[in-house]
Amino acid sequence: MATDQPVKKTGPEDAPGGTSGSALVHFDQVVKRYGDHTVLDHLDFEVQRGKHVTLIGPSGSGKTTILRLLMTLEKVSGGVIWVDGEPLTHRRTPGGKLKSADEKHLRQVRKKIGMVFQQFNLFPNMKVLQNIIEAPVNVLGMDKDEAAERARGLLELVGLSDKIDAHPTQLSGGQQQRVAIARALAMRPEILLLDEVTSALDPELVAGVLDLLRDIARSTDITMLCVTHEMGFARDISDTVMMFNEGRVIESGTPEKIFTAPEHERTRDFLGAIL
Amino acid sequence: MGDFLTAFLDNMPDVRSGLWTTLQATLYGAALAFVLSFLLGLMSGSRLLPVRGVSRVFVEFFRGTSLYVQLFWLYYVLPTINTDYEIEPLLCGVLAFGMNYGAYGSEVVRGALGAVPKAQREAAIALNMTPFQRLRRVVLPQAWPQMIPPFANLLIQLLKCTPLLWLISVQDLMTVMEQLRDRTGETVPAYLTLLVIFFVLAYALTMLMNMLEAAAKARLGQHTSARGLLRSRSGQIAGVDR
Repeated sequence: MATDQPVKKTGPEDAPGGTSGSALVHFDQVVKRYGDHTVLDHLDFEVQRGKHVTLIGPSGSGKTTILRLLMTLEKVSGGVIWVDGEPLTHRRTPGGKLKSADEKHLRQVRKKIGMVFQQFNLFPNMKVLQNIIEAPVNVLGMDKDEAAERARGLLELVGLSDKIDAHPTQLSGGQQQRVAIARALAMRPEILLLDEVTSALDPELVAGVLDLLRDIARSTDITMLCVTHEMGFARDISDTVMMFNEGRVIESGTPEKIFTAPEHERTRDFLGAIL
Repeated sequence: MGDFLTAFLDNMPDVRSGLWTTLQATLYGAALAFVLSFLLGLMSGSRLLPVRGVSRVFVEFFRGTSLYVQLFWLYYVLPTINTDYEIEPLLCGVLAFGMNYGAYGSEVVRGALGAVPKAQREAAIALNMTPFQRLRRVVLPQAWPQMIPPFANLLIQLLKCTPLLWLISVQDLMTVMEQLRDRTGETVPAYLTLLVIFFVLAYALTMLMNMLEAAAKARLGQHTSARGLLRSRSGQIAGVDR
């Protein structure tokens, strides 16, 4: 299937003992298949700590799958994902080999990662405050008052201080997404995954959420991986833009390079179609 | 008609104790069924085949064999096999009702858990919750309001099965009324009274369950009108109202 690709055999059994340089996230020959369909085809890329990387490309090109793999919502079919030098979906055995991760290992590595979803996914059985403090209190073991105090700070950041006692159902889509962002930040992730976070919003609500994310990108050192169709936003926040097509990175570079002088014809077509 | 009424009033203590027995059988049976529903319903979602298998076999067995026959087995057959075995007739009824309706109830639990959107579980994973926390804090609270209408149906069906207790000589409401009918020879008023009492009991249970449902939905930010509390058919089909 991928005969034109120099296939390096890197199964989990003979994976290298770490990751090159200081990359926080390293996709090492990652393959993801659903049945016969190959979504990610020996994908290789790195994200350095503190950088903001945006993934662009046509629908179905595997962008969201990358985020879902990083969040451990899916399992890799081949290759290894390294986060901060640790294998994400594998654990090291005493002999130094890599085996499929168990729940304990997954919970260990997930600590570093947070995610904001396209459909917000707030918990409807909890009010806004509880949505934000639920995991800090029950997962991180934070004191309830301290968690609530931090939640108030985060709600102020996202501009929703007055909605602290609201039910998610009483909020607009844009407001729900801001709460979801606050909820993800409350876990103090090192890596924040943003999966088409404005795609489900009414057009007039998009700008507010993107402005908030621009602020967060500017004022924090969180490493960000975004999948988005908002090219203006991608240009503003990204250190690197990666163009995806059919499960591979076909081109990556600074926003200036990708948006003004794309090398690849597929990138030109894609940008031409959506800009 | 007069004879029956006189006998009914004269035997009020018997009627009252019969009613109490019927209620006990219903409530204890429902309590056992409730526990089994969750136990078997959660087991059926297990990743381990043996755990799923045990649940499956139990559910298929108790759904697939008649409640009537189960009752007879517990009360008449088992004592002939093991002569040391002795069982209170009422306890026998509670066990049979509980296991039978627990089997049906486990399907309700399984369906409601499955109806919680996958995205909710994923959001809980993204917040690094443990599998137990995901179930306890996210999935169950959202599945619960969807379980209540089908649970209400099962509860009322269980209530309406309690006249079977007559067959294993429990002094329930049915048995007491049978005795009064026998004594007075007045069939119509005796069975009319039974109809009315069962209807009133069933309607009371329905409203109780409606209130429970309204409270559970309010926690999800959905609100029910006062009129909704009086309706007797079970609410929206699970999953459609969100």
